[in-house]
Amino acid sequence: MPAKGAQLPPTLVKETTAVRLGGVERRFRDVEALAGVDLAVAEGEIVAIVGPSGCGKSTLLELVAGLQAPDAGEVEAPAAAYMPQKDLLLPWRDALGNAALALEAGGVRRSEARRRAAPLFERFGLGGFERTPPYELSGGMRQRVAFMRTLLPGRPLLLLDEPFASLDSLTRAEMQSWLAEALEAEPRTTLLVTHDVEEALYLADRVAVMSRRPGRVVAELEVPLARPRPRRETVTDPAFVELKEQALEALGL
Amino acid sequence: MRRALPAVGLLLIALAAWWWVASWDSVDDLLLASPSETWDALRDDRELLLDNAWVTLVEVLLGLAIAIVAAFALAVAMHLVRPLRDAAYPLLVASQAIPIFVLAPIFVLAFDYGIGPKLALVALISFFPIAVGLLDGLRSVEADLMKLMQSLGASRLFRLTRVELPAALPGFFSGLRIGASVAVIGAVFGELAGADEGLGRLIFLGNNQLETPRVYAGVVILTVMAVGLFALVSLAERAAVPWRTKT
Repeated sequence: MPAKGAQLPPTLVKETTAVRLGGVERRFRDVEALAGVDLAVAEGEIVAIVGPSGCGKSTLLELVAGLQAPDAGEVEAPAAAYMPQKDLLLPWRDALGNAALALEAGGVRRSEARRRAAPLFERFGLGGFERTPPYELSGGMRQRVAFMRTLLPGRPLLLLDEPFASLDSLTRAEMQSWLAEALEAEPRTTLLVTHDVEEALYLADRVAVMSRRPGRVVAELEVPLARPRPRRETVTDPAFVELKEQALEALGL
Repeated sequence: MRRALPAVGLLLIALAAWWWVASWDSVDDLLLASPSETWDALRDDRELLLDNAWVTLVEVLLGLAIAIVAAFALAVAMHLVRPLRDAAYPLLVASQAIPIFVLAPIFVLAFDYGIGPKLALVALISFFPIAVGLLDGLRSVEADLMKLMQSLGASRLFRLTRVELPAALPGFFSGLRIGASVAVIGAVFGELAGADEGLGRLIFLGNNQLETPRVYAGVVILTVMAVGLFALVSLAERAAVPWRTKT
C-alpha cells in the first residue's frame, strides 16, 4: 500500500479554507430541507457529516458539487468530484473503462484515459481486474472502482455520499480502512456524508452533526487522532469512545 | 439443449392434435390439410416454396432494416427534444391503430406492384415496438447516474452516446424481438394486396386453386421464418448485452 504522506498539524491546515457554507437554506416546495447551514472545511481536511435520514445531507453535497443552487446563503467550493451512494458503474465497460470514464467525460481521449487510469489498479489493490466487467466484481471492489473514477479527474475536493452504505458490515469496515489509506496516498479535501457515527469518527478530522429536518449543523467534533488510524486501537481508544458518546448525544440518541 | 425439450414436446402434441382433427371424416379436405399432406406439399413444391420464401424473407429483412434506422432516428430525436416527444407519441400510437390490411391495398395503389409497398408495410408494422423499446431504454438511465455525469462535466453528446444509448440496448432488443416476429405479417399483407411473387401471393393463389396442402406448407414456412428471426435477435442480444443475463 502507499507510503505514508506528511501530515500537517490541524492548526496549520486550517489557515486555508477550501469550502465555506454560510447560512445555506434549501427548500423543496413545502419541505424545508436545510435551514441555515454554516460549515467550513480547510484544505486537506476530511470532514464527515452525520445526521438522521432525510436531514438534507445529500442535498448539502449536491449544493457543494454545484448540482443544485441554494435558496439563500452562500456556497464557496472548488471544482469537486462527486461519488454517489451507488457505484453506478456501467455494465458495458470493464473496470478500467469505468475508472477512466470521468477523464473521458472531461474530454480526454479513450486510450489516453485508460492509460492514465491503469496505474491506480495496482496501487488500490485491484491489479489484474482491469478487464473484468463490473457485474463480476464484489461490492467492495465495485466501490473501489467508483472511487478511482472519482479520484482520476484530479479535482481538489472529494464529495463522498454514503459510499459504503450498501455494503455488508465486514466489507464496510475493510473499505473504511482502505479509504483511509487511499486518502493518505492521494490527499484531498474531503466531505464525507454518512449515517454511521463510528465511520465518521474513524475516517474524519472533524465531524459535523446535523439535526433532523430542517437540517442544520448542531455540533462539530474534532477528532484529535492522527490519520490513518489503526482500526482496533482507534475504536477502543477512550478518547474515541468519548467522542462517540458526544456525537450520539448531539444526534439525540 | 435441455430447455428446448418442453418446446419440442408441445410442438409434437400440437402436431398430434392437428393430425387427429384432420383425420375426422366430417372435416373437409379443402379446409384442413393433414400434417402428412402438408409435408408432401413441402417436399413436392420445394423449389416453388423456397423461391417465394426467399422473396418474402428479403422483404422482411429490408423492411426491418428500414424500421430500425427510422426508429433510431425518431427515438433519439424524441428523447432529446421533449416537445417533440409530447407531440409525436400520440401519432406513433395512432400509426399502430390503422388496420394493416386496409393500408396494404392503398400502399400498392400509391406505389406500385414491386417491393416498395411491402417494405413500407413491414417497416410500419415493426417500427412501433422498436421505437417504443428504444425510447423506454433511453429513459431507463438512473437519475443519479445522469447527475454524476453532469458533475463530471460530460457533454450532452457524451451522455447520449456513452451512457444513454448503451443503456437503451436491452429495450431496443426487446422491441426488435417483437418487431421481427410481426414483420412477416406486414410482408404477407403487402403481397396479398398485389404481387407477382412471395409466400403471401403463393398462399393466396393456393387458396383460390384449392391447393390446400400448399397453403399450409406456406404457412409453416412463414412461422418458421418468424421463429427463426426471433431466435436470431435473441442470439444477437446475448452477444451485445451480456450484462442483462448476468446481473
